[in-house]
Amino acid sequence: MLELKNIYKTFNAGTVNEKVALNGLDLTLEDGDFVTVIGGNGAGKSTMLNAVAGVWPIDMGRILIDGKDITRLPEHKRAQYIGRVFQDPMMGTAATMGIDENLALAARRGASRTLRPGISKKEREGYRAQLASLGLGLETRMTSKVGLLSGGQRQAITLLMATLKKPKLLLLDEHTAALDPKTAAKVLELSEKIVQEHHLTTLMITHNMKDAIKYGNRLIMMYEGRIIYDVRGEEKRALHVSDLLARFEQISGDAAANDRMLLS
Amino acid sequence: MDIMALVNALPGAAAQGLIWAIMAIGVYITYRVLDIADLTVDGTLCTGGAVCVVCMMNGCNVWVAILAATCAGLLAGLVTGIFHTFMGIQAILAGILTQLALWSVNLKIMGKANQAINVDKYDLIVSLRYIKGVPLYQNTIFVVAVIIAVLIAVLYWFFGTELGCGIRATGCNAAMARAQGINTNRNKVLGLMISNGLVALSGALLAQYQGFADINMGRGSIVIGLAAVIIGEALLSRIFRNFALKLVSVAVGSIVYYLVYQVVIWCKVDTDLLKAFSAVVVAIFLAVPYWKAKYFTRVDVRKGGSGRA
Repeated sequence: MLELKNIYKTFNAGTVNEKVALNGLDLTLEDGDFVTVIGGNGAGKSTMLNAVAGVWPIDMGRILIDGKDITRLPEHKRAQYIGRVFQDPMMGTAATMGIDENLALAARRGASRTLRPGISKKEREGYRAQLASLGLGLETRMTSKVGLLSGGQRQAITLLMATLKKPKLLLLDEHTAALDPKTAAKVLELSEKIVQEHHLTTLMITHNMKDAIKYGNRLIMMYEGRIIYDVRGEEKRALHVSDLLARFEQISGDAAANDRMLLS
Repeated sequence: MDIMALVNALPGAAAQGLIWAIMAIGVYITYRVLDIADLTVDGTLCTGGAVCVVCMMNGCNVWVAILAATCAGLLAGLVTGIFHTFMGIQAILAGILTQLALWSVNLKIMGKANQAINVDKYDLIVSLRYIKGVPLYQNTIFVVAVIIAVLIAVLYWFFGTELGCGIRATGCNAAMARAQGINTNRNKVLGLMISNGLVALSGALLAQYQGFADINMGRGSIVIGLAAVIIGEALLSRIFRNFALKLVSVAVGSIVYYLVYQVVIWCKVDTDLLKAFSAVVVAIFLAVPYWKAKYFTRVDVRKGGSGRA
């Protein structure tokens, strides 16, 4: 479904701040895979997602979705295949536009934007039902500016937007990290529900190892721009946090003491 | 001081304010909708005036001349847009580059620094002379008000379409817009074109109104445009929330600016100082939201870790 072949990306090449973020990354996702991604700071998790989304060009390698090479496709054209939710709740929505208008923008992902109305009465009713399914009471505030909502509410809306038009691939970049624990749990459950409902192929980065084990059918661990551990199915379900820590220490050696805290 | 002199001058000031309102609406589209400070407009205003005057001198119908001027503005916006998106130049610098280039272009269009167009020889739609003692349909204030009403209606419709919503999203949050499949670069170029088209239209009307196009007529116009946007928001933002009404408030801001300007002149203030005065006033109004956020935010609303939840 998604194929990443030998991807390299270096930031600030040739300067003192040079950072090799992706170092020969290979990854293949099957249709319907729900993959959780863990790894310490600077392991290249977000870089991998941004490479797939096309935020900047990669240095080397190829990216394919359903066999189609998208390596050179600009970000806005890749969006027809990809739904995204970001870590920063402010980033996924247009704050000065209404909830309904944000959803209408998302509903047209992948379609050409013409001089037809930006939102119709009929679709607004559809959004009301979708918002009601979030269980946050947002359906009564359809025309409120998104900027007035809380981070959790905005993240739930971004999630809805990312999946309103069913994407081939859903990218969740630590989308609950900036939320308080209760809200984070709620948004995670919601993500799980939506992914299951639409049978979406998903890459989800998390800093929480328990969540990484609990959700999805496959888990990958990244270190220094590569995947160092890839586990799925029964084997993944049987994992414990201590297994992951042991695995991490074994592969990364000294860095473990530091990263252990970040991975908790 | 003769109060009647002021009263007599006010209709003219209102007419001028209305003509500049079209320009200010253009500035609103870049500054507020796209979140770009576009300095092209200082050049585009003159381009609009120059194209209009020269077209009419060559026998064009006044409406054709206005249309040609608007198209010239669209082109100027296109150039800035290409500088900014395709060539990766900062928006503000891209605008300054185009503005500088337009100085030469404007001189070449006019052939000299100033071209007059006599209202007695040409069939103009607005003029200093059409303020008093003419039938309503010929009255400059009425004509420009109608043009503004039509423009606001068209813009309101446009920014409600899929394309227009995409432009608004681009200005509000470009990363989000791209994630939703919106071509943000194309939208920025489009927004700059629409904005400069409006500014050139305003320049075409201004040249007719004052009876000439002048190489300096656009100097500092960005400040007047910003002033109109800010005054309009200060006066009406609490009651005008709808997009069309926001554009109306920009027009009101522009009229108020010119009325105040007239009063200041009537007070016998040295007119050499007026541009400095405008700049200071705009600077202070731009600073107000920043000061509010910095010094007058209630601290207690930000306590605790759940502030972002």
